Amino acid sequence: MFSSDQSCWFVRKVICWRAVASMAWSVLLLLPTTALFVLLSRFSLFHPILWMSECLSLLTSASAIFSFILLCGVVLMVGFFNLEYYTVVPSIACSKIALLGQVLHPRQFVHSLVHCIMGVVVAWCCAFTIGGRYRSLGHPCTQDESSSGPEMCLNEYHLVLLLAGAFIGYSHSLVGVVYNMNYVSFHTMQQYKYLRFKGALPLVVKASAVQALYCLRSFLLLYFFMGYAPRAWICKTLDLSINSSIHSLDSVSSLLDLSLLYHLWISGTFLLLTWYITVLLFRIFVTEVYSFPVQSTFTEDAHQCLPKVITGTQPMILKFLALQDLALLSQHSPSRRLEVFSLSQPGGHPHIWTALSKECLSLLSDLTERLVAHHDTVATNGRAKSQSTGSNKRSTTSSEGSVTSVGMEDMKTPRPSALIRTPGSVFLRSSVGAGLRTPLTTPFTPDLDSPFSSPALRRLTGPLEPQGALSPGFSSIQSPHVMRRGPKLWSASTDSQLNGSPPPSPGPAPSPSQAQLKPSFLVTFLQNRKDQVKNFLAKRMLIMYLFNKLPEASSQALFADSQVHIWALQGLSHLVAASFSEDQYGIVQTTLPTILSTLLLLQEAVDRHFKLPHTSSKPGHCSCSMGDDSYKTLRFALRSTLKTAVYRITATFGGHLHAVQMSAEHRKRLQHFLEYKE
Amino acid sequence: MCSLALFPPPLYSMNNVVCSLKPHSRQESSSKSAFRDHCETLYTRSAGAWRDAGLSGLLNEIANSSAEVPKWLGVSSSCVLALLRWVSSFHSSLFPHLTLSSEEMTAEFSQVLDWSDCAVRGFAWHPHTQKCAVALSDDSIKIYNPKSATTPTLKHRLQRSVAALQWKPLCASALAVACHNCLLVWHVDPTSLSTRPSSGCAQVLSHPGHSPVTSVAWSPNGPLLVSASPRDTALLVWDVAVESCVPLHRVGGGGVTYLSWSPDGSRVLAATPSSLFRVWETRMWTCERWPSLKGRCQSGCWSPDGSRLLFTVQGETVIYALTFTDNPGVPLMMSGGPKAATVVADLSETTLNTPDGDIMVGGEIQSLAWDPRGERLAVHVKGRPAMIAVFKTQISPAFKLLPCGFVQGEAGTEPRLMQFNPNYQHGAQLTVCWSNGKITHVPFCFMSAGNPQPGLGGSPSFPLTQGRPADYNNQTLYTELIS
Repeated sequence: MFSSDQSCWFVRKVICWRAVASMAWSVLLLLPTTALFVLLSRFSLFHPILWMSECLSLLTSASAIFSFILLCGVVLMVGFFNLEYYTVVPSIACSKIALLGQVLHPRQFVHSLVHCIMGVVVAWCCAFTIGGRYRSLGHPCTQDESSSGPEMCLNEYHLVLLLAGAFIGYSHSLVGVVYNMNYVSFHTMQQYKYLRFKGALPLVVKASAVQALYCLRSFLLLYFFMGYAPRAWICKTLDLSINSSIHSLDSVSSLLDLSLLYHLWISGTFLLLTWYITVLLFRIFVTEVYSFPVQSTFTEDAHQCLPKVITGTQPMILKFLALQDLALLSQHSPSRRLEVFSLSQPGGHPHIWTALSKECLSLLSDLTERLVAHHDTVATNGRAKSQSTGSNKRSTTSSEGSVTSVGMEDMKTPRPSALIRTPGSVFLRSSVGAGLRTPLTTPFTPDLDSPFSSPALRRLTGPLEPQGALSPGFSSIQSPHVMRRGPKLWSASTDSQLNGSPPPSPGPAPSPSQAQLKPSFLVTFLQNRKDQVKNFLAKRMLIMYLFNKLPEASSQALFADSQVHIWALQGLSHLVAASFSEDQYGIVQTTLPTILSTLLLLQEAVDRHFKLPHTSSKPGHCSCSMGDDSYKTLRFALRSTLKTAVYRITATFGGHLHAVQMSAEHRKRLQHFLEYKE
Repeated sequence: MCSLALFPPPLYSMNNVVCSLKPHSRQESSSKSAFRDHCETLYTRSAGAWRDAGLSGLLNEIANSSAEVPKWLGVSSSCVLALLRWVSSFHSSLFPHLTLSSEEMTAEFSQVLDWSDCAVRGFAWHPHTQKCAVALSDDSIKIYNPKSATTPTLKHRLQRSVAALQWKPLCASALAVACHNCLLVWHVDPTSLSTRPSSGCAQVLSHPGHSPVTSVAWSPNGPLLVSASPRDTALLVWDVAVESCVPLHRVGGGGVTYLSWSPDGSRVLAATPSSLFRVWETRMWTCERWPSLKGRCQSGCWSPDGSRLLFTVQGETVIYALTFTDNPGVPLMMSGGPKAATVVADLSETTLNTPDGDIMVGGEIQSLAWDPRGERLAVHVKGRPAMIAVFKTQISPAFKLLPCGFVQGEAGTEPRLMQFNPNYQHGAQLTVCWSNGKITHVPFCFMSAGNPQPGLGGSPSFPLTQGRPADYNNQTLYTELIS
């Protein structure tokens, strides 16, 4: 109840107003864009005066105002969709099938449909503005004056323009899914909104022109092959006849009409430009820095203060903005830092610092946990695959060895072979936790000698199945259907679904003495069958194509929300560095050992993660699209920020850090940092 | 006003030479002439010309090989070339520096005196540890670390005509290098024993139109890197980890030549090739314009607290100061920035009497360096011979400038480049690269006025330098009036 209240105030008071302001600006900007479009679409080199006067008369006509109002409606609709569909954590599809799932999602279907219709509306406005042969859908047939009836013929130019609008609208929506256009990224550099818009405008113009060109190419191909279908359909429904004296447009010669191509292209550019500008303005407005009060004098405003806001999870944008504000205040404003370091008035407790540092640390340790789990599963998956079933036990123990070196206590959990093979262990772990609470799986004793053990274990892995193989009577016989969703194929999409959600609490660790695993006959048999099915499926190209994991997608998915961690690192390290001279009561000192150990643990986990294949390769930038691909490089930003954060603390405190209590391993690590050898 | 006439005359004595580098005899203009002509097809040559010099290079190549191409192509490319030149002559009459070639431009705007025939083209101390990087005229970079036996040599295909280099603060390994047409960020693992790190250790940051890069500056506390090119009107702010950049365009100036980030990270000085420079504040990235100079801003340096900027102007022999008195956190435009620059020192030519006879000192100023504690200011004077004048400075309570002495090398050598060592414990240490390829350290040992150094009372025998006649002239020569 409380949290919903809290989210309400922020969305109601801030986000909505920002969205409204961005829409208002995009409507205002529609005016010059439309004027430019009119000028360019009616361009004629040899009659400049006629051209200008025609344009002026068109712009001031009443019908132009009507189509302008239509365009405004479209822009407002696009703005509404931006507000409704935006996300600060990108959804990363880890395989082709997951991407297909995103595209076919009902929510996305609505998006595509509405954008398709809006594309038609914009194209109609364009056709109306360009005038001439594009003006209306039907025109009186003129081939034979003898026929008396007012027979109307189909104007194919108009139809082509409308279809192109629909196609571009749909592809905008589709490309938006593939390139995560609804993802709103935050910039490292703060700039005023106007300057940011000015800087991005040339790129947007270029992107829309290029994108329109690509769309046009695809559309023309499509129309060339399939053009007769919509034409016949329109003729049938609207009772129009096809003018047989004019060639139909789906032939090479008529599609290569330069004037037609130019008009299609300029209309597509205009459409995409207005929409992209709306998206751009929305991004700029919504990511603007919001300054939360650190503490308030009135209790009714307490839920709007930074320490309260930062701990919430919903809406995500609130958490993001709160952490951004924390990072900025720790860097730039000494007066607000003093408030963070202050003590509560009655009682003298450092509530603000405690709340802030606790939240940051829990975020960071979540990430550490996620990384370790991922590394664990990936490493063991790779190893287990190359080995025969009988040696699974060895791989289990060796993975344990590597895990204990990380020092994560809960990772000492011994895993039966069936569990180890399943990646996506964040999910897995939650399922283990959930499974432990149900009475069905209470005997969590992976004693594989007993014949009951393996169905129980199957049941544990069962929840990995998307369509709920949760039924208690889930038999030990694995159907090929289930096997297809085998471990390697699904792993990180579950990760991405889990991003941003609170971390699953690890199940209680069984004692290490239970780690005596022996593969039973049944397990061996099942493993063999599994491998057979896998091999069978691996030979089918399409299935492999759909289910194969995209390289580095799982790594991207792990770091999808890492902007939060980056800010947490910056905020913490700057606050700790500032506390060296500004913290009068020494409150930061009490948390310093925890902060250092959290940072060093994360550093270790990140280092290990970057040793995995596909993690250190930088993706190429595609500059000509509006999709923001900065999430692809967040892991590099995180790595560098983490190192800088540790160095910031060591450079500030220097030799004083020797007095901080920490484990010998961390001390050694820290010594490297103190000597600048990392 | 501080003038050189009040300085003690320079003495000659040996400095402690750290390393000596042979100056290279190779001319850097182009290595193409060193090879014999060989027969390539026109297509290959054109592709090469396109890659090296863009459209004009391609047209030039086609126009020059008129025997192999059809007549109309040769004629039309000559015409287009002529048209291009005519248009660019208009452009460059506005900004004369655009007529220079890339090499000349780097030489013109580099902080190194006579960059093109200098053995050492760049020098950078690590901000936190005793480690330095030296860029040589053969386009390699050597890294010297007293604690390790290996001196890694950095070479890269794109590392040509290095104009500047700087280590990343709060990092052990990253070194940014301003190259001919890109920026390289090397990650040199300090624990690695390899003497030739592979070019895979370098990130290549390039942006169309941003070449040659003449200056780089890291933000003192963040991941940002700014880079400048005299041909590009935009200042590029890089987020190095993700290799993305934000260009900051402003009208006027015709390019950016020199960058200096204030030590507190709040402002960046950006000099342009015309008589204009800008001071950016780094919170919201707005800028202040400082037009109406006599010439372009040649060099500048910040006081350690970032409140004061000293800069010099080409063609003048004085040092100007700007004071920024805003409280941090407030954007620059709203707060009361300085209204006018004041002249704090005059280094015009003066004759000094020495036992060896009169010598001329003073002249135009090449570069400025302020030691990290704000106690010594080194001024690299271009005159004949070039020398380094050192001032004692005091920042608080009032800005004061006192004469300290001259730094000179062996007879016949002149300083080319200088930088203060940020990690010197006992005062300040100036590192000077000389024209004969030697690099020397000049320590200035003093008790800091602000925080006296304990344990220095016993006065261990520090090497004597000629920059030390501290008590020669103790009267204050420039004192800011506290308003």
